[in-house]
Amino acid sequence: MSPAALWVTVLVASALCLGVKLAGHLVPAHRMASPRVARTADLVTAALLAALVVVQAVGGDREIVLDARLPALAVAAVALALRAPFVVVVVLAAATAAALRALGAA
Amino acid sequence: MPDSPIDGPAESLPDTAGRAAPQVRAAVRQALSVSVATGLYGVSFGALAVVAGLSVAQAAVLSLVMFSGGSQFALAGVVGAGGAPLSAILTATFLGVRNGLYGVRLGPLLVLHGWRRVLAAHLTIDESTAVAVAQPTRAAARAGFWWTGAGVFVAWNVMVLLGALAGDLLGDPRAWGLDAAAAAAFLGLLWPRLATREVRLVVVVAVVVSAALVPVAPAGVPVLAAAAATVLAAQLGPLRARGRAA
Repeated sequence: MSPAALWVTVLVASALCLGVKLAGHLVPAHRMASPRVARTADLVTAALLAALVVVQAVGGDREIVLDARLPALAVAAVALALRAPFVVVVVLAAATAAALRALGAA
Repeated sequence: MPDSPIDGPAESLPDTAGRAAPQVRAAVRQALSVSVATGLYGVSFGALAVVAGLSVAQAAVLSLVMFSGGSQFALAGVVGAGGAPLSAILTATFLGVRNGLYGVRLGPLLVLHGWRRVLAAHLTIDESTAVAVAQPTRAAARAGFWWTGAGVFVAWNVMVLLGALAGDLLGDPRAWGLDAAAAAAFLGLLWPRLATREVRLVVVVAVVVSAALVPVAPAGVPVLAAAAATVLAAQLGPLRARGRAA
């Protein structure tokens, strides 16, 4: 993406995200408060995050790439299961991948 | 989100504004600890954004204006994977939809007009909503919302800037494992949402759809397709019965 296209992406996405927040505060509560809408939004959020995990962990240039990212993700999952804080989880994953690569293992 | 007494009619709640009730002080303490924790992971967003190809200025503007961690990580993730602008914009916006629903919930609680309402909308994120709705009184809920929103805003933006400046100095992101850190960041955001069986089922669908599409679709599309599949499944209803039972 060119720097100009990236600026447009940043600004348009930011404006839309802010617009969605404002819309929530401005619409009459009964319009949006149905359990069906809330449930769908919850599910979409989870689906987006799960797909982003997949793309970041095994995504390549139009191929699935299995490398140091996957064992790093496993370490992150263990850390999350042990209730480690977010930043610790992220650092542990980075350290795992960096160490495996430094050792030439993946 | 758990139901709490603040969902009830406004008149039924004691209004203790004006005095720093113990509940209000507790809400402020909670707000400050949430702000510090969130600021810490702002560092990781700043570094990952720069590694994904954003400039320090773009990372900073994103944090100031978009101000929603999940959407910011998503935009950087799609950009870093080589996705088209539209994919990045749609992914970030769809992830931000939940903030709109938080606003619906917070509106009757905060009862604001004019610029205060706009400011409250901007500060409406996971953290400020969670702290607000967890409070036992209306005054504590309002204090919790404003203190968390403002505290996270300051901590997040300062730490993102520091992370972006550090990321600029790192060199090869793979040698530092920052690509794996991005995957772990999304897992960390997803983890607290895995409580119900319905969500776990959706996660399985999203993983299968996105993994199947990575080899055949342009970057960014697998993520959007996973979300679309979820909406479709939710409308058709096969997930509903099992979700209710969970």
